[in-house]
Amino acid sequence: MNRLGIDAGSTTVKCAVLSPSGKVLFSDYRRHKSKISETTAQVLSEVAEKFPGEKMLASFSGSASMEMAGDVGVPFVQEVYATKKAVDALCPQADTVIELGGEDAKILFLRGALEVRMNGTCAGGTGAFIDQMAKLMDVESDTLDSLAFGSEKIYSIASRCGVFAKTDVQPLINQGARKEDVAASIFYAVVNQTIGGLAQGREVGGTVLYLGGPLTFLKYLRHAFDKTLGTSGVLPENSLFFVAIGAALSPQSMEVDVSELARKTKEYKNSAAGRACKPLFSSKEEYERFRIRHAQSGDRIAITDSPKGKVYLGIDAGSTTVKALVVDEDGNVCFPMYTPNSGNPVPIVRDYLTSLYERFPDIYIAGAAVTGYGESIIKAAFKIDEGVVETIAHYTAAKKFMPEVDFIIDIGGQDIKCFRIKNGAIDSIFLNEACSSGCGSFLQTFAAVLGYDEKTFASLALFAPAPIDLGSRCTVFMNSAVKQAQKDGANIEDISAGLAVSVVKNALYKVIRCTNPDLLGNNIVVQGGTFNSDAVLRVFERETGKEVVRPAIAGLMGAYGAALIAKQKSKGFSTVLGAEDLKTFTHSVKAITCHGCENRCRLTVNTFAGGEKYIAGNRCEKPLALKTQTKKYDLYEYKLSLLDAFRSETASGSKPVVGIPLALNMYELLPFWHTLFTRLGFDVITSPRSTHKLFVKGQHTIPSDTVCYPAKLVHGHLEALVEKNPDYIFYPSMSYNVDEGKGVNHYNCPVVAYYPEVVAANVPSLKKTTFIHGFIGIHDRKTFAAHFCSMTEKSGLKLKLADVKKAAKDAYAAYDGFMKAVRDKADEFLAVAEKEDLRVVVLAGRPYHIDPEINHGIDKLVSDLGAVVLTEDSVSHKVGKFPTSVLNQWTYHARLYAAAKFVTTLKRANLVQLVSFGCGVDAVTSDETRAILENAGKLYTQIKIDEITNLGAVKIRLRSLFAVIK
Amino acid sequence: MNDSNATESINGIRNVKFTSQMKKDYTILAPDIFPTHLPLVVEVVRMYGYKVDVLRYTGKKVIDTGLAYVHNDMCYPAICSTGQQLYALKSGDYDPHKVALIQFQTGGGCRASNYIWLLRKALHNMGMDFVPVLSLSFNKTERSPGFRITPMMIAKGLMALVYGDLIMLLKNQVLPYEKNKGAVQSIIDKWTKTLTEQFRRNKGLVGASVRKNMRAIIEDFAAVEKLNVKKTKVGVVGEIYVKYSPLGNNGLEDFLLSQDCEFMVPGVLGFFQYMFDNMITDHELYGTPLKSLWGARIGASMARRIEKTMLDALKDYPQFAAPTPFARIRELGDKTLGRGVKMGEGWLLPAEIAELIEKGYDNVICAQPFGCLPNHIVAKGAARTIRELYPTANLCPIDYDAGASKVNQENRIKLMLAIAKEKENEQARN
Repeated sequence: MNRLGIDAGSTTVKCAVLSPSGKVLFSDYRRHKSKISETTAQVLSEVAEKFPGEKMLASFSGSASMEMAGDVGVPFVQEVYATKKAVDALCPQADTVIELGGEDAKILFLRGALEVRMNGTCAGGTGAFIDQMAKLMDVESDTLDSLAFGSEKIYSIASRCGVFAKTDVQPLINQGARKEDVAASIFYAVVNQTIGGLAQGREVGGTVLYLGGPLTFLKYLRHAFDKTLGTSGVLPENSLFFVAIGAALSPQSMEVDVSELARKTKEYKNSAAGRACKPLFSSKEEYERFRIRHAQSGDRIAITDSPKGKVYLGIDAGSTTVKALVVDEDGNVCFPMYTPNSGNPVPIVRDYLTSLYERFPDIYIAGAAVTGYGESIIKAAFKIDEGVVETIAHYTAAKKFMPEVDFIIDIGGQDIKCFRIKNGAIDSIFLNEACSSGCGSFLQTFAAVLGYDEKTFASLALFAPAPIDLGSRCTVFMNSAVKQAQKDGANIEDISAGLAVSVVKNALYKVIRCTNPDLLGNNIVVQGGTFNSDAVLRVFERETGKEVVRPAIAGLMGAYGAALIAKQKSKGFSTVLGAEDLKTFTHSVKAITCHGCENRCRLTVNTFAGGEKYIAGNRCEKPLALKTQTKKYDLYEYKLSLLDAFRSETASGSKPVVGIPLALNMYELLPFWHTLFTRLGFDVITSPRSTHKLFVKGQHTIPSDTVCYPAKLVHGHLEALVEKNPDYIFYPSMSYNVDEGKGVNHYNCPVVAYYPEVVAANVPSLKKTTFIHGFIGIHDRKTFAAHFCSMTEKSGLKLKLADVKKAAKDAYAAYDGFMKAVRDKADEFLAVAEKEDLRVVVLAGRPYHIDPEINHGIDKLVSDLGAVVLTEDSVSHKVGKFPTSVLNQWTYHARLYAAAKFVTTLKRANLVQLVSFGCGVDAVTSDETRAILENAGKLYTQIKIDEITNLGAVKIRLRSLFAVIK
Repeated sequence: MNDSNATESINGIRNVKFTSQMKKDYTILAPDIFPTHLPLVVEVVRMYGYKVDVLRYTGKKVIDTGLAYVHNDMCYPAICSTGQQLYALKSGDYDPHKVALIQFQTGGGCRASNYIWLLRKALHNMGMDFVPVLSLSFNKTERSPGFRITPMMIAKGLMALVYGDLIMLLKNQVLPYEKNKGAVQSIIDKWTKTLTEQFRRNKGLVGASVRKNMRAIIEDFAAVEKLNVKKTKVGVVGEIYVKYSPLGNNGLEDFLLSQDCEFMVPGVLGFFQYMFDNMITDHELYGTPLKSLWGARIGASMARRIEKTMLDALKDYPQFAAPTPFARIRELGDKTLGRGVKMGEGWLLPAEIAELIEKGYDNVICAQPFGCLPNHIVAKGAARTIRELYPTANLCPIDYDAGASKVNQENRIKLMLAIAKEKENEQARN
């Protein structure tokens, strides 16, 4: 009897029919566009036609068929297990299998005990991710593949999560990086994600088998895996169908009549009622009333098609769309444009200007301003007069539209920007954190993946009978939630409506953290392209219980604001390129590496006609060769230089050598341990400065892909130390931190406290040395020496208590001296700020945030904006113990609260909190810090940082802060 | 009793203390943390004159309430357990002016010690900041004038917990095999009722009556008619809330039952012993003064005695796998993770995985809230050590979260089970 296997995955249905001897007689592969049972039934009918009247031994596999299988009466085979079955039968020589699917990634280690690694709850780097990236670049996936072969350089793209990668890719596109290079970089990001996220310390070697859609279709992806793994993997015949074949081969397979199975599958309706919300509209009439109300209330700006005389140009080069318009002297809008940016905003703006000049030869541009992600490049390319911070542009537009506005919420392609207005000024800004989910591009991508254009997709939502609840988290979670809904048989209408609900909930509960709609006030303006969807608008009104106003030009408000500001600042003429200049306009792009400092930034140099240059990708102003240099007051730099006194990468003499990794809490404790060991007669060496390369060096031993980046870096530091062959490596666990008397306890966070235990268990190369990693505290100065003796004794060190006591005295003195130097320097900077009337920004993080690889040069950004930069620990001692509305039990975080308190006492000071992605403690601290600041009338600003951080977004945030506190 | 300063306010967030007057007519609402155990423990608290209700609300409405009022990046147990309490206030089932909320506070270095304040902030935002929030803890992180935990109360509470452990242990070993559906549940119901009544009469918590009860419970379970079927043995460890609570783990037990599994979840007593033990370890590692440790020492010795009572009772019934004595768990812990790791489930978690594997539960699910900080260390960080020590280990880490989908979770468990079944078949063939 022939065997039949069906593999219904997140995006496709695969089918295989095998002869009794295991020969593949028939196979089929098609996208199901979330119509899983229909598509499966179709495939089955075709099988029935090909093999009329035949009975077969059948099984289903794949995540989307889990419940369907039971319902139609065939066994379900877990898909990884199915892969293994097929590999055993077809390629028994394989040692390792790498299988990428629509939304999952797996590595199977077949040698020895079978071990399987699947991507966890949080993971990108899969087929869907590649599709999303291709969409972002406006090409098909296979074009992306062929493009990649023309690459010259690889950019680093965050590989940990699709959402992050997207925020990396977007600026690359906007800055005009070559498509070929971006394409190749995307594939390498997938490879890094798979290896870094899944291998977790286990070597990928032997005969490697590539399976699944992406690896079958994308040659460059295989090439990137080969290159990274230093092997040449095998793409077996039928690489798409291994799961289906494995299902067919399953011993549990049951005899079925295929046409009967097709019929049952077609009739399959999920019984389990998904979690549903109320329909958005109960009737067409209700929708009509809604539509009319908004048509009226949104119509406050006149649009003219015959502008005359002086006009002002506003451009909003956003993350996914480019918007442009002009306003005339009376504020009427003319010639609006709203168009996808297709990866490069420059030609779009050129075309816009060209047609503007052609259509309206009589106008005279008296001022021009640009805002958005592409602000700098457009400004340089077209000699625009003004660059405007996005937040200010949007606020200006909304205020013009509705002077009494209390709250503005703008959901764009990648950003959510919300402002609370009090007494005619911005009182509070909420921006989405590093995560860009729940924005317009998210809806757009989903629509595309499900096979619809954005508009049709949104209109489907309006009368969905039972919108599904998809939660309000990141895109990756949404993908699985949609998957679940599809499995439960939800139709496309309900999914579309459910996504609209998610977008709104994400904005309200995650970004604004709004627990009470009354906090939003009564005059709410909603804008941004995403609100063009009536579904999103409806959900927003229902969720808040408020009637809001959506300007008719909701998607153009950024450009409108820019135009208004251009008008305000106009000197009567504009430098913007004229019709003649545009005719000879050229734009070329080159990629280079900057050698200005150890950051080695990869730069893209854009050259325009007339030699005008625009450089992107830089972290500081150095490569721009600006002569701005007023003196910088940056305590981050000072602290790093203080630590340099304790750093030495080579041992000098015959003494035994102790290596210390310069990571996590060592950024504060190095002076202590260095002095202690030196006084005890050791040579102390440290690991080198962090770089991304160093991170990659240790990446393969990281057991948890969701731990914070500072912790991940520890692995690279240890690898680098081991290479230097020290006699010992010292990195102790510390439940407790120093006690500065600010809270009820003085813990370290779990990660800082116990990371030595993680590396001890997961970094095999540490076996080459003696790794001293016991438990110790330095908070009790009296008993420290005795505990240190017994702790080190376990690692074979025989130290005399008296010696340790003496050395400890010096060590404490060194630690105290270090902290004092930092605090004295802060006082000096504060005095300078007073004298020279400079802004003060306390860039508050943890000690390890001074690592430039962790902070990505944000301290430099702040000081480039002309502010004095202080650290949290340089001012926290100025405030005594005070009650907090959280349990104040971690030393580092107690400093954060104290620093916030200090900032409230100094008018010129503001606080910016650095938050490492994945730092769970900051879910507690950020609300408290915000509360301390806002209760004193200060703005709270938070910057989320990770392996890779989009400095463009950080800049916007910082510039917004500075613009508001002016 | 000094009830002054009954209210303080920080950052506009009120901290209303539970006063001795409130003890008379306020109902204390507890989240459903240990479904089998809590009803019994609550009975002990009631003996001391408090009105207590264990909340049983489940489903999306609870999670949504949690998400609306608690920072969404907080760990999932915070969303679930505070969600239940906040939902209770909104439900209309209680007079908000006559209730107090209670949360367990370990005072440890993980975020869970902050649940109390999360509740207060949520109450503030709900406009219900008059509701007092109590801390149930063994150290002095928070105090409420009207709520006093006495050593006797702890002793009795621990005993109640152990009854829960015993019932859970037996239930897990009998339920998958019961012939007449409902037989096991009726024993559980019977004993919850019997013990509750005994406790009300101040009986069944000390001495011979405990032994008598325990034997009777075991007898009852031993007498259940069983099917002669083979089940896959699965161990469950993890974060203390998620591993026990069906609300937190998407009905994990029911799913495992539906997949022909017998599962073992280590008891709650071990966690308490671990906490007492940590305080003593603190003295060894950091020189924490001994005088602050007398409570932990008394607790540890009480727990040891209670543990022995249960183990003794189980000795005569070799058909039931008994819990591993804590002393042995400690030894296993020393092989898997440094004993100074004391935040969250700390060293106990890998020790429990080792315990389960040594008991023959090779397939272990590690249930964790997504983004749990100690999880990076004690679960993901220690997995490699476990695999090296126990090459047969079939580990399956599952993240739970408001946004995580059930289909993915179940799919991963199915993979673990497929591998387990293959192994079973191989063994059957050899």
